Formats: sequence, structure tokens, C-alpha cells
Amino acid sequence: MRQYTEPAPVKIKYFTPGVIVVCLVALNGFFFLMGRFIFGLGAVTNLNNQYPWGLWIGIDVAAGVALAAGGFTTAALGHIFHKDKYEEITRPALLTAMLGYTFVAFGVFTDIGRWYYIWHPLIFWNHTSPLFEVGICVMTYLTVLYIEFLPIVTKKFIGHVNLPGVLSKLNRTVDKLLRALDRGLDKTMFIFIIAGVVLSCLHQSSLGTLMVIAGSKMHPLWETPVLPLLFLLSAIAVGFPMVIMESITASHSFGLKPEKETLSGLANFIGPLLGIYLAFKIGDMAIRNTFRYLTEFNLQSVMFTIEIVVGFIVPFRMFMSKAIRESITGMYIASLLVIFGVFLNRFNNFIVAYKPPYILKQYFPSFGEVSVTLGFIAMEILLYRLFVKYFPIISQPKTGVTPSAKFEIKGATK
Amino acid sequence: MATQNRRDFIKTAVAIGAGAGILTGTMPSRITAKEVKTPSPARKGVLVDTTLCIGCRLCEYACKEEHNIPAGNLNSYEDRSVFDHLRRPDETALTVVNEYKNYGQGENITDVKIQCMHCDHPACVSACIVGAMTKQENGAVIWDTDKCIGCRYCMVACPFQVPAFEYQKALDPHIMKCDFCYDRQQKGKLPACVDACPVEALTFGNRVDLVEEAHRRIKAKPDKYFNHVYGEYEVGGTSWLYLASEDLSKKALPKLGTEPAPGVTESIQHGLFAYFVPPVALYALLGGIMWLTKSNKEEEEI
Ligand code: SF4
Ligand code: SF4
Ligand code: SF4
Repeated sequence: MRQYTEPAPVKIKYFTPGVIVVCLVALNGFFFLMGRFIFGLGAVTNLNNQYPWGLWIGIDVAAGVALAAGGFTTAALGHIFHKDKYEEITRPALLTAMLGYTFVAFGVFTDIGRWYYIWHPLIFWNHTSPLFEVGICVMTYLTVLYIEFLPIVTKKFIGHVNLPGVLSKLNRTVDKLLRALDRGLDKTMFIFIIAGVVLSCLHQSSLGTLMVIAGSKMHPLWETPVLPLLFLLSAIAVGFPMVIMESITASHSFGLKPEKETLSGLANFIGPLLGIYLAFKIGDMAIRNTFRYLTEFNLQSVMFTIEIVVGFIVPFRMFMSKAIRESITGMYIASLLVIFGVFLNRFNNFIVAYKPPYILKQYFPSFGEVSVTLGFIAMEILLYRLFVKYFPIISQPKTGVTPSAKFEIKGATK
Repeated sequence: MATQNRRDFIKTAVAIGAGAGILTGTMPSRITAKEVKTPSPARKGVLVDTTLCIGCRLCEYACKEEHNIPAGNLNSYEDRSVFDHLRRPDETALTVVNEYKNYGQGENITDVKIQCMHCDHPACVSACIVGAMTKQENGAVIWDTDKCIGCRYCMVACPFQVPAFEYQKALDPHIMKCDFCYDRQQKGKLPACVDACPVEALTFGNRVDLVEEAHRRIKAKPDKYFNHVYGEYEVGGTSWLYLASEDLSKKALPKLGTEPAPGVTESIQHGLFAYFVPPVALYALLGGIMWLTKSNKEEEEI
């Protein structure tokens, strides 16, 4: 089966009515983004001195990082454990991870008050700060993702370099350079692939460490010193559901047939991964005796119950059923639930669980904050569509002439 | 081709190992050099005796004047209606006095001045991504405008909910919090608020002496004071200490344990990154798996 498919640019019309709506959402976000930079954080957000972190850190950064976990989990599966049949999904996953992390970086840039100093962590180190570690790891990982993606770009241009006007004299030189780059990357790619997985494990868990220092302000349903482990486990668990969701959505919107066999294979991993997360989460709650907070009726207990039941336990049960793992609709729904669960978990950890002792003004995200968050997601979708239209990302049945692209990120396997 | 690759792999692995070795070799000196774990025994402090405070808010005025924050008309400070609502230190006031009715046992009114506590083990210093918050020799925790990136993690981390941020500024917003009048202290002057207090509710001195003084006062008038010096042990101890006729952690100040706030986080960080051993080990492990699964597959193919 696999031999007959190959990544290729998808032939689609870029603008459809749906895409135009997405464009409008992106534009609206951009508008408020400008407002933030011209008039300051206070003008666009509802953040205040009691709630220094809001939607942008909780969703754009924390949830963004978690939901981009498809990149490192599939890289580990396809390239490190050499499960070849999953290679066709590593490219789309790599693309989403690359876009996802790029927008995480934009999110950070938007949220920090003194954005023109964003480079400071590179020179001023504070090794006791988990945020410093997250920052450095994310920056490095983003670079690694760009490097992993580079061969897909060079492949497209090698032999087709065609610069306009006077620059055309440079065509051959550029072509040579690209070829040299491609060969170099080919030999060294495994270094970056392993580094990507290590860096991901580090910052996925350190994101969990972030709220540990705020312990006295955190609701006990979420607060625990094992948060870093829980963050890592839930990130690993949401990686494949993200890939399944994206793959099915993309097939649907590009009019391709979803790779059911591959996706069912991935789905086999999800149940156990969710099970491990749940075991640690529930075990920790039992040890720390925090179930008693569920008997109180308040925002926190309700949000927690929704998160754990709808976002983890139900999809866990679903993925344990063979019938669901074999059905596209079943997998799609179950994957969406896991995504919802991890998304809500990050939102809860960073916003709902945070209860400062003295609240003068409650925090609720402003229209501007929501607009920017949605705008970033819209821009991501638009870029994704652009990339799959022009680069060989999505595997499709081989038809006639195809470029000499390969499945794997070059050099990872051979 | 395959052997060629494998040789490359080994070479690179060795190179990475060597690099990591050099890194780990140089790390310890840097880490220990930077860490100032035990606060200076000569650090200063202020003892706030809330039983003496009359809620005149002259400290608020003096603090603003000292820090170039618009202070308004001095007469306006006589208006006691500000006490109707709870206030917190923010970007327009580094210290505020809150008044609580029926707080104490004997008296009816308790006034509590709030500002940065200048923790012995400050969460803000531990958390700051770029080390813009630093603990000084005299106990003051101060903020560095040339480093701060405005991430506001210090605000998330502070157990006393003290640092504030200038959200309204598009350019050069500052983290605003009491700096223990660091500049004044360098010149040998008292902190502005202590200087301004007309009833000596604020006593400046060496923290060790102030702890003794606080206990002496409790012993002398056990009926007047609640037997607890707030700040002596809270989150590992703070430079500012409080005496009151009632338990302040009931309302006026947060109820906190005695463990330093950054403790757990720092041990996690240290465990995960102890001289880079765990990440390097993970790297090696994954590299090994990658190599093994590949050779397995090659054997199958032959
Ligand atoms: S009270 Fe808050 S801001 Fe002040 S030193 Fe302690 S942690 Fe830092
Ligand atoms: S806002 Fe500034 S001082 Fe506070 S943690 Fe961030 S960089 Fe450090
Ligand atoms: S010590 Fe200085 S900065 Fe702190 S409250 Fe007093 S006057 Fe204000």
C-alpha cells in the first residue's frame, strides 16, 4: 500500500469561501495585534495585577506547545523507532509542529511587556527559572524544526532554481549551494531528529514546572510537584490524536482518502498513553487526597470534572475499543476529545487554577485577546494550506510523473 | 553505504559526548558561583507593629515622593474613605495601608501596611527568566530595568502577590514594587516610609535584632499581641516582620507555610538538569534506539 503513495503538493484552489472566512478572522486578529503594540497590553487585554497571565499564555503558548506535540511524537515513532509505515505522517506532523511553534514564539512576543528585549534570555541566564529553560528549549527546538523542514524546501528548488533578471547568473551557484546543503543535512539529520525529541521532552515537562512555584496560589486539584511529569505524559498522549485529527481534516478538505490503516495503527498507541497519564494523575490525587475538593461546587471543581471526564476518561475508553479504532468517524471524535482535554488542561492549569489571595478584579479574556488568539490560529491554517499547495507534504497516490521526493526526512532512515 | 553511515554516527556520537563532557565540566563552577543560598546575616529589615499604626498613610505619601510617582495633595491623605475598599500595592503605589474593623480582640481597628516583604528566599528572584530580580546584601530585592523582558512571571511566582506591572504603557513598562529604598539605604538613610511614620509603627534595623525585639514586645505585653511574628518563618523568612493583636494570616496577609517558595521548583529544575546529565543520557538512549532499530531492519532486509 505504502509503496504507491508519495508526498506531493496537493492540487487545490487556494481561496474557497471557507478560506475567505479564515482570512477575515486572521485580519481581525491582526488589527488587535497592532493595537497591542501601539497602545500597550492594557489597551487590548483584561490582564491586571492579580492575573498577570491570561489567555495568551494559557492558550497561545501553553496549549500551543502541547498541541504541537505531534511533531516530536511522530518523529520518535517514525525515525527513532523506525516504524516505517508511519513515515508518511511525519511530514504533515512536522509542518504543523513548525507552524505551531512559530506561532508560540509570536504568542510570547505579543504577551511579554518589553518585547524588544525578547532576546535577553540568550545572554542573561537564570538557571533556577523554569521559564528560562522553557524559553531556551523552545527557541532551540524551533531552529531544529526549521532545519528538519529544510530538505523539503531544498528538494523543491534543486534543479529548478530560476532567479529573475540579473540574478539569473547566480542560478548555477545557488543550485550548487542547495545541493551541498542537502547533502550535508542528509548526513547529519539524525542529530537534529534526536535533539528535537530531547528538547521536546525537556520543555514539555518544564512548562508544567512553571506553575509549581505559584503553589500557594494554585487550586489543589491541579497543583502538585509532579506537574512536570503530568505535562510531559499528556503532551505525549495528545501527539497522535492531533495527527489523526489533522490527517482526517486535511483529507476531507483536499478531497483525498484518509490513510485509515496508518491512522488505526497510531490509534492503537493512544489508549495506553492516555491510560498512563490517567494512572499518574489519579494516583497523585489519591496520594495527596485531593479528591475531596470535588465535593465542593465551584468553577474549579466543575472545570476539573469536565477536563478529566470528557477530555481523558471518555476518549480513553473509546480508544480502547477496537471498533472505534477501525472507524474514521470514531477515531476523529475520540481524537477531538483528547485534544479538547489537553487544551482544557493547559487552560485550567494556567488560568482557572490560579487563585491569587487578594482579588480586586476578576479576569475574563477581553474581545481583543480572543481575537488575537483566533487570529493566530487562522494564520496558521492559512500558512498550512499554502505549504501543502506548494511543497510535497501530504502523501497521495502516485500518479504518473512525480518528483524524486522521498517519504522520510532525508537522512533519518536509509 | 550503511557502514559509512554507521561510522558517521559513531563519530558524531563521540563528538557530542565530548562536547557534553566539556559542558558539564564547566557547569559546576558557574552554578555554585551564582548561587547565594544563605541570606546575609547583616541584612536589614523593618518591624511593622500594627498595634501602633494609626492609618495616617504618610508612608504612602513619602514612598510616592521618593519614587517619583504622582503623590497628590498631602491633605487628601486625611480622607479615610479609601479604607472602605481593600487596596493592593500596584504601579501607582508601592505600599498601601488597609484598615480592618473588628480584626483584633481588644481593639476595633487594625491598620496593616503592605509592600514587598523582601523574602530571604524570594520566589521572584528564583523565577525571573533573565535574573532581573536580585537579592542584595542588605536584604533588598530589587528590579533591573535593563534586563526585564516584561514576562510577569515574578508576579505569578510571588506568594505575597506584590509586583505590579504598568499595563498602560506601550513602551518601557516597568515592574513596580517596593525596593526597600535601596538607593536611600546606600546613602545611609532610612527607607522613606520608616522616616515618615509619625508614631514609630515602623522600626528599621538588622533583621536578627528585629526578631528579638518583636519577641520582647510580645513577652512584655502578652495580652496585647497575638503570639506570632509574621515573617519570621513564613516562606523561609522575610525581611519585613509584622506584629499584631490578632493572627494576620486570617485576612490581612496570606496564610503561608514555612518552606521557601522556590524550594520545590528549584529541586525539580536541579533534578532535571543536574549538570546536563539527564538530557544527555536521554539523547544517548534515543540515539542507541535509533541505531539498533535500524540495524535490526537491515538484518531483516538481507
Ligand atoms: S514579597 Fe514577592 S516580590 Fe517581594 S521579595 Fe518576596 S517574592 Fe519577591
Ligand atoms: S517581568 Fe521582568 S522581572 Fe518579572 S520575571 Fe519577567 S523578566 Fe523578570
Ligand atoms: S521601603 Fe521605600 S519603597 Fe518600600 S514601601 Fe517604604 S518607602 Fe516605599
